Amino acid sequence: MIPVAFDYQRAVTVDEAIAALSSGDGKILAGGHSLLPAMKLRLNQPAKLVDISKIDALKGIKEEDGEIVIGAGTTHGTIASDDLIKSKLPFFATAAALIGDVQVRNHGTIGGSLAHADPAADWGALVLAADAAIITKGSSGSRRVAAVDFFQGLFTTALEDGEIITEVRIPVPAEGTKTSYQKFSQPASRFAIVGCAIMKKADGKINIAFTGVGEVPFRDSAAESAASIEAAVTAAAEGITVMSDHFASEEYRKHLAKVYLRKALEAVA
Amino acid sequence: MSTTHGLIGKSVKRVEDRRFITGHGKYTDDIILPGQTYASFVRSPYAHAKILSVDTNAAASMPGVVAIFTGADVENVNGVPCGWQVNFKNGHHMKEPKHPLLVADKAKHVGDAIAIVIAESQAEAVDAAEAIVVEYEELPAIVDASKAVEDGAPQVHDSAPNNICFDWALGNPIEEVDAAIAASAHVTTLDFVNQRLVPNAIEPRAYNASYDQYNDKYTLYTSTQNPHLIRLLMCAFVLGIPEHRVRVVGPDVGGGFGSKIFHYTEEALLTWCTHKLRRPVKWTSTRSESFLLDAHGRDHITKADMGFDASGNITALRVKTYANLGAYLSTFASCVPSYLHGTLLQGLYTTPKINIDLVAVFTNTTAVDAYRGAGRPEATYLLERLLDLAAHEMNMDPAELRFKNFIPPFDGVTQPGYQTQVALQYDSGNYHGVLEKGLAMLGYEDFRKAQKEAANNGKLLGVGFSTYIEACGIAPSAVVGSLGARAGLYEVGHVRVQPSGKISVYTGAHSHGQGHETTFAQVVADKLGLPMEDVEIVHGDSEAVAFGMGTYGSRSLAVGGSAIIKSLEKVIEKGKKIAAHKFEANPEDVDFVEGRFVVKGTHHSAPFSDIALRAYVPHHYPAGLEPGLDFSSFYDPANFTYPFGCHIAVVEVDKETGKVQLTRFVAVDDVGNIINPMIVEGQIHGGVVQGVGQALFEGAEYDENGQLTNGSYMDYCMPRADDFPMIETASQVTPCPHNPLGVKGAGEAGCIGSTPAVVNAVIDALWSGGHKVKDIRMPLTSERVWRAMQQ
Ligand SMILES: Cc1cc2nc3c(=O)[nH]c(=O)nc-3n(C[C@H](O)[C@H](O)[C@H](O)COP(=O)(O)OP(=O)(O)OC[C@H]3O[C@@H](n4cnc5c(N)ncnc54)[C@H](O)[C@@H]3O)c2cc1C
Repeated sequence: MIPVAFDYQRAVTVDEAIAALSSGDGKILAGGHSLLPAMKLRLNQPAKLVDISKIDALKGIKEEDGEIVIGAGTTHGTIASDDLIKSKLPFFATAAALIGDVQVRNHGTIGGSLAHADPAADWGALVLAADAAIITKGSSGSRRVAAVDFFQGLFTTALEDGEIITEVRIPVPAEGTKTSYQKFSQPASRFAIVGCAIMKKADGKINIAFTGVGEVPFRDSAAESAASIEAAVTAAAEGITVMSDHFASEEYRKHLAKVYLRKALEAVA
Repeated sequence: MSTTHGLIGKSVKRVEDRRFITGHGKYTDDIILPGQTYASFVRSPYAHAKILSVDTNAAASMPGVVAIFTGADVENVNGVPCGWQVNFKNGHHMKEPKHPLLVADKAKHVGDAIAIVIAESQAEAVDAAEAIVVEYEELPAIVDASKAVEDGAPQVHDSAPNNICFDWALGNPIEEVDAAIAASAHVTTLDFVNQRLVPNAIEPRAYNASYDQYNDKYTLYTSTQNPHLIRLLMCAFVLGIPEHRVRVVGPDVGGGFGSKIFHYTEEALLTWCTHKLRRPVKWTSTRSESFLLDAHGRDHITKADMGFDASGNITALRVKTYANLGAYLSTFASCVPSYLHGTLLQGLYTTPKINIDLVAVFTNTTAVDAYRGAGRPEATYLLERLLDLAAHEMNMDPAELRFKNFIPPFDGVTQPGYQTQVALQYDSGNYHGVLEKGLAMLGYEDFRKAQKEAANNGKLLGVGFSTYIEACGIAPSAVVGSLGARAGLYEVGHVRVQPSGKISVYTGAHSHGQGHETTFAQVVADKLGLPMEDVEIVHGDSEAVAFGMGTYGSRSLAVGGSAIIKSLEKVIEKGKKIAAHKFEANPEDVDFVEGRFVVKGTHHSAPFSDIALRAYVPHHYPAGLEPGLDFSSFYDPANFTYPFGCHIAVVEVDKETGKVQLTRFVAVDDVGNIINPMIVEGQIHGGVVQGVGQALFEGAEYDENGQLTNGSYMDYCMPRADDFPMIETASQVTPCPHNPLGVKGAGEAGCIGSTPAVVNAVIDALWSGGHKVKDIRMPLTSERVWRAMQQ
């Protein structure tokens, strides 16, 4: 459980981190709760770690220009207990509180989770359902990537080499918006076997997103356009490649997706 | 608090917790010796593969590398032995293929050790191990014990045809059992798997071996449950070094659950290496290695038939089991599925005819050996699942069915012990008592009403029973010797009274979570009428303790405590002689009362400390009596002890997902007399959680290539606090009639009783919803339960 030797640099500003990444085979270290286990098993062998966990500019939650802004370095634990989140995006608080255990929540960050893009991570479903944008920064400047364009495959995102996620921006939901996150946890890791995030807008339009079900988190447009709960449940998680492991086969996982969608829809009904 | 009297039965806080809770325990990995080196292993990634070549050249010249050894270097060193010989039905010895310290020719399971690298630092050792290039020729692997015996299956060892280590039978002649089954009004049949478990002690195995060439003296620090046994096996059977030249120390050990009983190859290999290198060598298992190497538990494939007459009396039990031993025979692997399993198939019932037929099998998997309960959970699971299922099938109440079949109460003193059909004689029991108490605690009738109501509202509630018995305090040496044990199973207790009257007690038992430093001190302080602070319990060091067999099988207090009592009696006897001399009385006229030697019928008395001082400053001393107050005793018990109890689980099953929620757990255990109720309750809680872990969460998963596919905590599900309701415990006390403390043992009870209770509860919940399911394979994952409801 000893990683291959690596260099270590602690950055105190985003620009410093970007500069550090531009030279050599470097990797960002945030909470370390995905990266370090992989390094200890030697599955991941970066030559250099650039530690961004002490960059204050990446931390915190605020409302700005009609958006809720979550710094990429904000921990799951902070999001779970934040008052603005609880009042404006309650399903973010619900989801954050269901991640792993206390230690994971106190170290792991939303930016790290999104960048890592584990197919069973919770945040994918949340940012999709909330119409969020992922803000990245690299040596050639800043980009704003819509959540729907961000996840590209298993552990693969729209992030380019040397880019850092700096913020997650979510339009402030209008009065009357209802949200729900329903999760069936993998019993050992507590990652999502199925996570279903729903945002029901004041005008009745519903965003439905799943994580844990396929190789990437996705918006389920067939379920979204269904006319009733029953029809949505029938349509959900069809036409995609559903994952299978020894906790949940493809058939069972698909069944769970439908069960958890129903729970979520009933919660916002 | 320094109470001097009545310490028995008091929930004294654990004295060892001061160092554990503050992080000051001293474990093997904490020990760093002058000139320390560190080891890392090259291990086979394949379950079954020929080793074509091992190239250590690049690694040898890497920074910090001190030495590299491969299988070729230890070809002439013995392998690690098995401690229990079981014979085939035809009388031939079981097959004992060599378990070499490093393999040279063929890897037989994933993790089999090919080479050891020793370096100046742990990181350098790991780096160099990665640079060793091994060429393999992968061979087909076999993981399933029932398939391993088929012709044409891959052969793990050439010397064990059809992968059979031994076959074995116990009980009544099979013809009689077959006939009784055939004549039964009802037969309940269950085909099931008692799945393989990973022991998961929180402290991974660690060893630190050193050699002092100037004194020709070895020291091995090892995370073991039985330091003397390790010394004996390693010196006499593996390395051939004289025992008096070897000190084995088991310092603080962070849990074992059986997995640290066994003599592992790394212990002997590090000792061999330190002699070659003249430098201390340390190895601490990674968690990944723990998953692959610490001997696993259970892994039985069983078919069992239980016959009943028309009114529900059990007529016979027939069992056929394939026990998976893994790739090598671990230290006690052979006795677990045989003598610790077959002998418990009487359970609490008067079953008149019993037969078990067992095949013990090698496969390309991690070795399997004793794991908390060792054989007895497997026997209990089998019986208790059959009982609840039979009740469903015969439309009887599962509690009634048990009452009908229980062995009547017997105290083992005025009434004889109960002779089973499977070799054991139970010491004392009151089986009706624990079930009655359990039913009352549960509120059984109310539960059944609630269950009906829930079913009407579309909810699935279930209750499951398990009334278990186990055999602890293992056991009379003559008996276990006749059954094949290659060791005696007595214990040593040495009481050294210091001149000031303070007490040092040396026990051959070893504490790795059990709280011996508290319980044993309570026993000693109580007997001598001293404050607990005046008593120190020393264990775990072969140089301090004369000998010992260690701690497993819930034996420490029953056997080790009894040895201490024997020595205390000798201390008191001699003290009386010294006191008699002081008061010019007859020794027969001296009593020992509440810490004082008193001359009967007089006001003459002397405190214990006064007599202790006289023993070491013998100025006015009885002629012919040796100075000193220091006694050692060996205690060899007359029988096993037989704790028993009743566990009841209540579950709710989610209809949509199959998810099981344990909502209540009632445990009534009879572990004989209780010294420290808090520690006993803690043992029961821990055991129950571990047993529920098997029922609902845990299980090693191998693919057909012999890869362990869930060898990490991200995939191997351990039970957690938030999976449990508060466990409701109660005791019944039926003293053991044959040891001086009247104790039976509490370490495994929780783990033995709880597993079938939970599975039975889930099955009961499903029946309440009209799903007449016979079995769901453990662990009862949500998907498996959901699937059972789809049929
Ligand atoms: C026991 C356990 C249980 C868990 N359970 C859950 C769960 O239930 N649900 C869940 O969603 N997750 C779970 N996780 C994962 C956890 O949330 C991780 O913390 C998270 O996935 C990664 O965040 P991190 O800050 O620790 O990132 P790190 O591990 O530091 O980094 C992860 C990856 O992201 C990159 N990275 C980090 N920050 C940035 C950034 N700002 N910009 C660009 N790249 C970046 C790193 O280079 C690395 O490749 C669990 C983890 C553990 C150990």
